[in-house]
Order: sequence, then structure tokens, then C-alpha cells
Amino acid sequence: MPLRAIDLEGLSHWYGAGGTRRQVLQGVHLQVAPGEVVLLTGPSGCGKTTLLTLVGALRQVQLGSVAVLGEQLNGATRGTRQRLRRSIGMIFQGHNLLRCLTAEQNVQMGSDLLPGLGYRARRDQAREWLRAVGLGDELNKLPHDLSGGQKQRVAIARALAAHPRLLLADEPTAALDSRTGREVVELLQRLAREQGCAVLMVTHDPRILDIADRLVRMEDGRLLEGEPAPMHPAIIQ
Amino acid sequence: MTPWRWLQTLWQGRRIPLAWLLLTRQPVRLAVALAGISFAGILMFMQLGFRDGLFDASVTIHRLFDADLVLISPRSTSSVSMAGFPRRRLVQAMADPAVEGITPVHWNLLLWRNPQTRGTRSILALGFEPGDPLFTDPALAPKARLLTQKGRVLFDEQSRPEFGPVAKWFKSGRTVESEIAGKRVRVAGLVGLGTSFGADGNLLTSSETFLELLPNTPPGSIEVGLIRLQPGADPAAAIERLKRLLPDDVTVLTKQGFINFEQDYWRTSTSIGFIFSLGAAMGFVVGCVIVYQVLYSDVSDHLPEYATLMAMGYKLPSLLGVVAREGLLLAAFGYLPAYAAGQGLYALVRGATQLPVAMDTTRAVTVFTMILVMCMASAALAMRRLADADPAEIF
Repeated sequence: MPLRAIDLEGLSHWYGAGGTRRQVLQGVHLQVAPGEVVLLTGPSGCGKTTLLTLVGALRQVQLGSVAVLGEQLNGATRGTRQRLRRSIGMIFQGHNLLRCLTAEQNVQMGSDLLPGLGYRARRDQAREWLRAVGLGDELNKLPHDLSGGQKQRVAIARALAAHPRLLLADEPTAALDSRTGREVVELLQRLAREQGCAVLMVTHDPRILDIADRLVRMEDGRLLEGEPAPMHPAIIQ
Repeated sequence: MTPWRWLQTLWQGRRIPLAWLLLTRQPVRLAVALAGISFAGILMFMQLGFRDGLFDASVTIHRLFDADLVLISPRSTSSVSMAGFPRRRLVQAMADPAVEGITPVHWNLLLWRNPQTRGTRSILALGFEPGDPLFTDPALAPKARLLTQKGRVLFDEQSRPEFGPVAKWFKSGRTVESEIAGKRVRVAGLVGLGTSFGADGNLLTSSETFLELLPNTPPGSIEVGLIRLQPGADPAAAIERLKRLLPDDVTVLTKQGFINFEQDYWRTSTSIGFIFSLGAAMGFVVGCVIVYQVLYSDVSDHLPEYATLMAMGYKLPSLLGVVAREGLLLAAFGYLPAYAAGQGLYALVRGATQLPVAMDTTRAVTVFTMILVMCMASAALAMRRLADADPAEIF
């Protein structure tokens, strides 16, 4: 059996301390298989983003088991988390591109994380990815000169350039109009699938739910099971 | 590994020059930083240049002496307070086989009356036997013969104008007479020596005249003893032998040691060194503040981007390296204009004040080191801001 991309068991998390201590996650169980695309929905403040940061090894786990790509994160050292983050691509609500770098250089910051590749190879890969997201002609533009959708596509290229086995996305369409958002998400799903990369995406956007293999809904720090997954015919097989 | 392979490795190891791009893509901030660093550098160049120039000017006379070794009294503290020691010691030194010749020198500050205004002012007077070699400049010897007559002096034409229009009168053929310590003297000739810190003017006279001007000088006492060694003799070994030979009422120095003795006095016993060093330190601090401000706000502005890089898996040390490289680049590019401006300003100061101020390697390296420390220290402080980059906060 291939290792699960994400395996959460009894994950709980609190913010604050003492009297203001507030529980945001309450015993979450979630499994994501390699290559699976899972969409996480739910009202704001229900703990979705916290879940993402825990899975993304950005936050120390407090209680429960968090195995990501076969690595247990509960009690993991800073170094382990840092290393693991190289296998996890992240796409944020804002594009979070480096303003002083061109599109190509931004993507290369992703491919620079790959070991054992020469500068030219890494640069060629970066160009390859930008072509794959349809920005082959905008290589040398600064983020400032790109549209919102283009920026988000650069961010996708950057995330994928490091050959991640898991992609975490937090409302990647939030800053985009509906058509652009749809395009970006479809692109993301297609490229992730080609790479065999699992995707966990937080979204509020009802128009993109159909790209998921599975939908998970969250409320008050708990996952609601039994949500019917609108499966693509191609995936059911 | 062949150079070609090595180059290839270097090329493959290349990364995006993030530090360079962070700086150059914000030209205004870069210009502010470079202007600040250059300003600090220029300030340091000027202050240190003045300081060294003044110290240099304090030994104008010392440099002129024709001597390998110099005897002075241990009670002497500087050119303005030279104590006497027995002349016998200098004669005793002749016993050493390496010693070729000696010149006893009287040295004191005397009051010279301005022949025009009749006001008095203190002038440095050196007394020596007119037949003895005193300065390395051979032009003195023929003039020294004029001093064999009693009551004659050689006046330094580079003395400050406050001593009276002596040189002008003398050149126009007038007989210039004046008074020193109440005794009448006549100017027998002019020499060009140069003023120094301790003395605004100089005059040379014979030992005989000198003792006449200062009748209270204990007999057989001199202030400076010049010793010339045989060609090829080792000065360090000669000093060792003389120290054993002579009692401890004299100090044996090399000529350079004599120069250092004088400079050390001005450096340590007066506030001159402190004032100019403080000026340089101010430049350093101002530079630190500017560079720190620039780097700190640069890191702050890019905090989400740094956090993103950390989220992508970049290690904190590699991001600290970016800030360090920014500091390094700022130091290098801020130093160059400071160096160029320093050269220009030194030329300006030389022209205006006759102060021997010039760019020397030591100072060029010192200022660069200070700028480097300034930039790296500021970078190190700005790095603490990076610790605030929390990748968990960017979702």
C-alpha cells in the first residue's frame, strides 16, 4: 500500500493560553491518498487555515498524530519540518511572489530547492513551468506588471517547480474573478494530477467544487463525514 | 579539477542574486543607503586624515635630523618640554665601535621679540656646534658657518608671520636685529624648516650663543644627542649596547623612535587624538544608524516574502545570508565614492592649510574596515527582524 499523503488522527489545536485559551481543532481525522484532490470547505473561522498550517509543517503540533508524506510531525524538530516543507508546495490567498524578482526568477526560487541541478537546468525548468501555466511570453515581467490571475499562475508554477508530492492551497481563487479563478484551479488540478501530487485545497468558491475527488466540510473544528463526493467519471474508473 | 570544470561547478552553484536584486530594484532606497555610507566614509576619511596630518606636522623638525640614534632625557615629555641630560653621556656613546659621529643639541622654547611690533612670542631654538652635522639637508652646512660669530641666528623663513617680516626684510638686504630673552641677536641667514605643532617658528644658533641667551642652563647639559652609526651597522644592536653602557639618566631611541615619542605625546597626552577619533567615531555611528534603518525597513517590507521563502523550505541561515550579502554589497558600493571624495578633499586641504594630509593605504584599509563593520553590524541587527518572519502567519 502506498504511503498516504496525509494521515491525521485525533488532531486538536488550541490558540492562546490560560483563560483565553480557545480550541480551534477538535480531534480531526483525515486521510488523503497520493494524487488525490481534496477540497476543504466550511465557514470562516472554523479552523481550515490552522489545519493547513499544521499539515504544511508551519506550526508545531500540540495534540494528535499528523503524518505527512510518511513523516510524523508531532514532536518533529524544526529541521525535520524545514526539510519536509521542501516536498510540500503551497499556494496562498495572495500570490506572495517576491516583488523584486521577475516571473521566471520567482519560479526559479522554487526549482532552486531541487538538489543536484545546475543553474541552467533549473532556469530551463522554470521556463518550462511558466509555459505550462500559459505564461511563456511573460518570463521577464515583474509581479507588478502581471494581472491577478497571471500572478496566481506564477505562484502555481513556483509551487510545482520544487516537485512537491503534496500541494496545499488556501483559497487560491479568492482574489480572482470567477472565470479566471476557474481557469487557475483547473490548471492546478491538471498539473497536480500529471505530477501525481496530492492536493488539499481550502475554498469558499462553490463554482470549483466539481474539480475535487472528495469534498470535506469543516465546522467548529470538526470534520463532517459522509459528504457525497462529486466524483469525476474519469477518476472513478 | 581543471579550471573549466571548476568554472562549471561555480556556474551550476549559481543562484538568483537575491540580495543584489532586492537592493537594485529599489533605487531610491539604495541611493539613500549609499549616500549615507559614503557620507560616513568621507567623515571618517576627513577626521582621520586631519588627525594623522596634525600628528605628522608635530615632527617636522624631528624628521630633519641627521641621526640614526637619538639620546634624550627620560624626563622629557615632548618637544615643548625637553629636559636636559649630561653631555658626557653622548661622549660616552662614542666608545661604541658602531658609532661614527655625535652632535650635541640644545633645544628650548625662547621668547622672540617681533622686530616690527615689539611683541614677544615663543620660538623653538636649537643650539649646536656650527661645525657639527645637524640636518640631513646639506644646504645647512655653509650657512652654519655664519653662526661662529656670537649673537647670530639662522631664522626659519617658514615661521608664522607673527614673528615679524624677518625673511622679507632680510631678503631686501636690511640688517635684521631682534631680542631673545632680553639679549640682542642678529639674523645671519634664512633656513627653511617648517612649523610644527609645538612651535610656530624655529631658529638655529650656536651652542655658545644659546648658552648666552639662557645663562641658567646647567653647564654640560644638553637636551638632544644625535648619534650617527657606521654604514651598515645594526641600529637595534647598537641601542642594546648603548643601553648597557649608559646609566639610566638617558633614553636611547632610534630616529623613528624619537619621532614616535613626539607623536605619542600629542596622541595620548592631548585631546587632539581624542577629538578627531571622536569625529571619526561619529561618522561610524551615523553610518551605522543609516545602514541599520535601510536594512531594517528593507527586511520589514519584505517580511511576507521572507516568510514565503521559509514556507517553501528555505532555511533561516540562507535568508540571513541574503541580508548579510546586502550589507556586504552596500559596504563595497558605499566605499568607492567615499574613497574618491576623500582623495579630492585631501588635495583641497593640502592646498588650503599646508597640512601634510594624504591618502595612505593604512587609512584606506581602516576606513574600509570600519564601513564593513558598520554594514555587517547593521545587517546583523536587522536580521533579528527576520526572526519575526513566521511562515504560519502568511496563510
